Amino acid sequence: MNSRIAYIAFNTFREAVRDRVLYNLIAFALLLSGAAILVGEISIDIERLVVVNLGLTAVSLFGVVIAIFIGIGLVSKEIDKRTLYTVLSRPVRRWEFIVGKFFGLTGTLVVNTFLMAIGVLLALLYVAHKFEMMDAWVLVALYFIVLQFLIVCALALFFSSFSTPLMSAVFTFALFVIGSLAEDLRGFAKITQGAGGWVVTAVAYLVPNFSALNVISQVAHGDAVPGRLILYNSVYTLLYSAMAISGAVLIFQRRNLK
Amino acid sequence: MRMSATRRVNLVALAVLLCSMAGGMATLHAIVHMRRAAAAQEALYVRSSNVLRRMSLGYTGLLADIYWTRAVQYFGEQHHSGSSDFRLLAPLLEVTTELDPRLLPAYQFGANFLAPKPPSGAGLPGAALSLMKYGVEHNPNEWRFYYNLGFLYYTEFKDYAKAADAFAQGAKLPVTNGFMSILAARMAQHAGEFDTARMLWFTAYQSTKEPQIRENAVEHLLALQVDEDVTRLEQVVEKYREQTGRLPATIGDLERAGFIHGAPSDPKGRPYRLMPDGRIEVQDPKNIYFITKGLPPGATPPEPPHQAQPASK
Repeated sequence: MNSRIAYIAFNTFREAVRDRVLYNLIAFALLLSGAAILVGEISIDIERLVVVNLGLTAVSLFGVVIAIFIGIGLVSKEIDKRTLYTVLSRPVRRWEFIVGKFFGLTGTLVVNTFLMAIGVLLALLYVAHKFEMMDAWVLVALYFIVLQFLIVCALALFFSSFSTPLMSAVFTFALFVIGSLAEDLRGFAKITQGAGGWVVTAVAYLVPNFSALNVISQVAHGDAVPGRLILYNSVYTLLYSAMAISGAVLIFQRRNLK
Repeated sequence: MRMSATRRVNLVALAVLLCSMAGGMATLHAIVHMRRAAAAQEALYVRSSNVLRRMSLGYTGLLADIYWTRAVQYFGEQHHSGSSDFRLLAPLLEVTTELDPRLLPAYQFGANFLAPKPPSGAGLPGAALSLMKYGVEHNPNEWRFYYNLGFLYYTEFKDYAKAADAFAQGAKLPVTNGFMSILAARMAQHAGEFDTARMLWFTAYQSTKEPQIRENAVEHLLALQVDEDVTRLEQVVEKYREQTGRLPATIGDLERAGFIHGAPSDPKGRPYRLMPDGRIEVQDPKNIYFITKGLPPGATPPEPPHQAQPASK
């Protein structure tokens, strides 16, 4: 990574921390510790399942919300505050600005996820009293959640490169919902005939496949995640994020900032 | 001394905040009391697991946990209030298991909630059977599901052939260490024997860490002990009568004649009583639950009092 991208990424991270983004960790800690302590009192025999399901779902949803609400403002805020002109008046290319912002936001989310992961593992240790081999799959689920964030960040940045923050949030969230139902969409495409079928199939392949990145239920039961899925999901995420970031760069390069 | 305008506003705002908070909580308390019955009915907002699956955006595991907790709460609430209306229990368990077909506790304890007659359960053995069959269908490689299905056939339906079949299917899985095939064989050849029942309840005790379920298994094991003791003692009384031509007057007569050694007691330490007609009774039938023998004529098998369910722990 060149130093200009690294500098923009670091400043994006610093700005997010200054905006008190990491305060969500307090809510997360309260949620998880509350669940770990109380679930045994109100339910039967699902303490570990709840900690894994609730912990990973919260990591995922908290992160997606942060990715959307920070991602949509990354470009527009710089334009509104006119700081973008200062940045671009220096020897910083537009694509470097976009890529730097992307790495800054994903860095913030990785740090956030790392801290939340410690919380999940501590809660797991509290309810199960020891770690088992199957708990290692929780780490794989966390890795998939980070991959999910990469795609959401890239999408938020893509939309924010040409749209208003509100519309960018709507578009990104809509794609997150549609992408979470990608399996249904593919099933729908299979039973749709003619041109409609082609359109639905095209849409099903264009929208991000978040359902393949969600293995929370699986790891909650201690099931193994195939190595091939880890590889495919990693490659898919890299390609999809690269696609969205490239789109953002293409649009931002042509954007009239006057 | 005059209070500044800012301070006055702060004080008024604080007073309004505290009053409205207290008033809001009091009103909510009244609403909850007024709508207690309705609240129980609202435990199942959406009955379609497909709709819920899509609404959950793939986070079905957590939703299943929430529905299972709702099922436990609903059962606990109805059971605790002495109600025999459990109409939402089966749909709640259906939604739970359709959202997460591998949620073993929902099958294991769900069947325990559904099958027994009120007040111990909902009195819906058919629904419990459907639930267990769904579990076996979706978890064909997990022995516990076959074990629970066989257990249900044995305890609730007294259908030993089907129980044997369920245990035999589970025995085909390599992880059962052979005990399932023993259960299957016993069920097929000596169905209803005390040893078989004891083995089943002992496995039920070992397969969970849930204190209430363990307590239930212990109560059943104690009841089995009483049933077996009473059966054996009544056989001894009959032998005594055959040899002497009269019934023994006391348990001591059996001991003196060499039929038994020492005065036998029930698992709670109280000696068994010999009745004038030769029957054996426990001294305090209300204190040993689930017994089917040793009861006064016409008495119904005692059941545990309403236990505090998880909902009201």
